[in-house]
Amino acid sequence: MTNLAALFSNMPEIMLRAIVVGTLVSLCASLLGVTLVLKRYSMIGDGLSHVGFGALAIATVLHAGNASMAVSLPIVVTAAFVLMGLTEKRRMQGDAAIAVLSTGAIAIGTLLFRFSDNQYQDICNSLFGTASMALLTDTDMWITVGVSVAVLLLFVLFYTRIFSVTFDATFAKATGVRVNVYTMMLAALTAVTVVIGMKMVGAIMVSGLIIFPALSAMRVAKRFRSVMLLSAALSLVCFFTGFFLSLLIEAQPGPAIIAVHVVSFLVCTLIGVLKRRIRTRKTRSIVVEPPCKAE
Amino acid sequence: MALLTFESVGLSYGGDNVAHDVSFSVQAGEFWGIVGENGSGKSTLMKALLGLIPCASGRIVMGEGLKPNEIGYLPQSSAIQKDFPASVGEVVLSGTIGWRGLKPFYGRRERELANANMELLGLTPIKKHSYQELSGGQQQRVLLARALCATKKCLVLDEPTTGLDPVVTAEFYKLLHDVNSRGMTVIMVSHDIEEAVKSCSHILHLSCHPLFIGTAAEYRNSPVGRKYLREGEL
Repeated sequence: MTNLAALFSNMPEIMLRAIVVGTLVSLCASLLGVTLVLKRYSMIGDGLSHVGFGALAIATVLHAGNASMAVSLPIVVTAAFVLMGLTEKRRMQGDAAIAVLSTGAIAIGTLLFRFSDNQYQDICNSLFGTASMALLTDTDMWITVGVSVAVLLLFVLFYTRIFSVTFDATFAKATGVRVNVYTMMLAALTAVTVVIGMKMVGAIMVSGLIIFPALSAMRVAKRFRSVMLLSAALSLVCFFTGFFLSLLIEAQPGPAIIAVHVVSFLVCTLIGVLKRRIRTRKTRSIVVEPPCKAE
Repeated sequence: MALLTFESVGLSYGGDNVAHDVSFSVQAGEFWGIVGENGSGKSTLMKALLGLIPCASGRIVMGEGLKPNEIGYLPQSSAIQKDFPASVGEVVLSGTIGWRGLKPFYGRRERELANANMELLGLTPIKKHSYQELSGGQQQRVLLARALCATKKCLVLDEPTTGLDPVVTAEFYKLLHDVNSRGMTVIMVSHDIEEAVKSCSHILHLSCHPLFIGTAAEYRNSPVGRKYLREGEL
């Protein structure tokens, strides 16, 4: 393993590059995650990450090299549409569809990597993230920056609608919101986030990047906007902590970032429990319970 | 012209015919109760009215400038996740989504309307509270305020008092009456015939086809009404 710390201290602009990409990806993942978790779509992110692995295999076989993201983006977005289409039309049960797509993509992807010159290194990088995020190619970095800015912009512009569709899709539909369009948009945004996040933490862990901050934030905050903001903040904190930790202990950044997310989730759970305790004690002292509740 | 006219509407759900030959009209300001047993087609009729499903035959005509997306809908409380993090204010404001066009954020008009409706339903003190931590009755009031933000003319309620205790149910009906007396047309789907006859001005009793259409007073004295109301007493 190369000495990453040395690598970074010698090349600060490479470090800066990793930080910019990491920040953008963390923000996208954390915001989308809140909606995905609340809409019970968490597993879709997971399914798409396996498709992402298959897509990377195709990119490697095609010797896309510098433009692996340009190859994998359309593949994963298409998979997201297919997955949503199957689930929405009830052609197939959602979890079954995800299992079929995930395992299929992993199998085909692994077979395809046989044709790569550096089979095991490539598989390892795709699954667990590149050993150093700094090794992002120029093309990949610019795609990541462009795509994540677009995701963030769409998310902010459609924030109120995303809330409506997530909170109560039937009401939204009855008041004329085209719910299907937003569901598909969410699917596409998730696919895109999975692809750009995969470079950072690898196919196996990318759904953690999406789900953890949302879950942690929901333990503590109880309003939609505060959950969103807290999720974004936690995601950034965990990224920076994990990233610098990985430099310090000379480990891969992906697992380090996700490990920090696990710790943050545990801390948030604890805070949530304590908050609830304090609140029930407060209300118990204020509110006099009615003697009995009629059914 | 009537606010809503159902012209020999037939409905199917999942390939099965659930209702046929439903014809009646709702005038502005009336309070309709659509009653019937489970599987009588009343919920499907409501979905068709909201434009969530198409009519299998016949049509629903809207008059007095009412547009399909201007109906305020209050879903069954079970339709909403219990653990959803959202404040009362956020939920009520989201009722304005249908008419504010493509604007990305809430403007002053939306906020003022939401505040007025929260004030009307006594929700102002709990505006910042989390929806998931409210009692069932409070949650229903929040959803009613949201529905009022979506419409100026017509409210549609789906079993609004399921799971509420009698005291809270009575309070909720009183609120509905207040809203109705301000000129809002109300259409409520309910399996609680007793309560519907007490509160509504008009009744549609559905059992795949209409058994009774008319005013609540007429319903009490009709053979159908007498049969079902007596059964309720026993």
